[in-house]
Amino acid sequence: MSETELKRTPLNAAHRALGGKMVDFGGWDMPVQYKAGVIEEHLRCRNRAGLFDVSHMGEIWVTGKGAIAFVNRIVTNDVTKLVDGQAHYSALTNEHGGIVDDLLVYRFGEEKLLLVVNAGTTDKDFAWISTHHSDADDCTIENASSKFCQIAVQGPEALKIVQQVTETQLDAISYYHFSEGRVDGVAAIISRTGYTGEDGFEVYAAPEFAERLWAKFLELGGYGTENGILPCGLAARNTLRLESAMSLYGHELGDDITPYEANLGWITKLAKGDFIGRQALAEQKEAGVSRKLAGFEMIEPGIARDGFDIYVDDEKCGVVTSGSPAPFLKKNIGLAFLPPAFTTVGQEIRIDIRGRRAAAVVVQTPFYKRHK
Amino acid sequence: MRGVHDLTLSPFSFETMSNIPENLRYSKDHEWIAVDGDVATIGITDYAQHSLGDVVYVDLPRVGDKFDTHESFGSVESVKAVSEIFTPLGGEITEVNDGLNDAPESVNGEPYTSGWMIKMKMANSGEADALLSAAEYEEYLEASE
Repeated sequence: MSETELKRTPLNAAHRALGGKMVDFGGWDMPVQYKAGVIEEHLRCRNRAGLFDVSHMGEIWVTGKGAIAFVNRIVTNDVTKLVDGQAHYSALTNEHGGIVDDLLVYRFGEEKLLLVVNAGTTDKDFAWISTHHSDADDCTIENASSKFCQIAVQGPEALKIVQQVTETQLDAISYYHFSEGRVDGVAAIISRTGYTGEDGFEVYAAPEFAERLWAKFLELGGYGTENGILPCGLAARNTLRLESAMSLYGHELGDDITPYEANLGWITKLAKGDFIGRQALAEQKEAGVSRKLAGFEMIEPGIARDGFDIYVDDEKCGVVTSGSPAPFLKKNIGLAFLPPAFTTVGQEIRIDIRGRRAAAVVVQTPFYKRHK
Repeated sequence: MRGVHDLTLSPFSFETMSNIPENLRYSKDHEWIAVDGDVATIGITDYAQHSLGDVVYVDLPRVGDKFDTHESFGSVESVKAVSEIFTPLGGEITEVNDGLNDAPESVNGEPYTSGWMIKMKMANSGEADALLSAAEYEEYLEASE
């Protein structure tokens, strides 16, 4: 695929100017890292602040009297429990209970919801939602992804940085809540959410303001000074979410993986009423799962990578879904599917690393938890 | 070392030119070789370490292991990727840099000194003549960009 066929966010030139190493990420031309490198970007985010371009994510409006009822029957979590200004984590499921995508559902009002979905699955999700939508649902759906840019400021300094350019009282926005306001004079949705395990904000605005907001956050964060904010690429985004044991679609989640297998029972509300996949999920809850997600850390040298086979007592029984060094914890960690009996903390497993079966142990997740 | 050109990198240029010491020999797989009698010391070049990014793990062979020319003798891992390293010469491993177990980042910081990987007794010291000079390696890098 030639470079010109890749999609670009409004910050593409900014990434290149910052020395971003560009790669093809699900059809998008994105920076995998910048000059500082993955490890420094990761650590700076945990210790101070990191800046992320997440404009490639998808945004779908659902508006009208039937919005809540409609969304509630295509996702696993209970949309009726949201209040204005609140968001929650959820999953779109198919008839088998498999995950079409994981997403955030934001409630702006009784007749206005915003679904924020993954970049690589936006078109698939919108097609899926459209297929299950009809006039009888008394609501309108709109793929508004091209009308948004999204920038995340994450880390202990994030609030201080963003507060300088907004009148909105950021400390009044609690985790998984959001507010509509202005950031550097630009109309924005300010959401206290993120994918790093740190405090921080995801700022949504019209795409023509992306470069301005990006530059402003770099400036206010002291980019270029010792311990100043650093732009973080996809590699750091991955190591940060992995340390926090957050799932990634295409790895821990997929069309053939159910919420119960992926430890997402907590966002699966069977009691709320019917939704796509509810029957299959109820049956699985009753029968039990045959594989379950668990976190592990290496105890022998080596780095487990995505797709590596896992053995217990010389029997192949599992697979690594995500594996990587953990820059902050200074260990090599990963997530894996294993038979439920082998997901107890302390269980020793062996991971096939290019022919060598290296020892690892199941540990409690998240691997990293920030100090409040 | 292969894998360097697998990333769809946009042509990035270093602020400073890739460091290519005059007194060493090079391979097209981005290894450097220091020849001393029939012993060769091998590591990966500045260009290679820069393309890889932060090195977090180096998988090296054991003393006594024998390899043929162009055989993989180990791998160097960055956060995101694993790259195999191929020996440009055939021979037997006489020494391995254990220091890389605790400090894999030496490969980034000092690729030509503390970042050395293996020492090998060459099976055929004539093979060293086929290696690239510093000037030839530099030309090779420029041609591939």
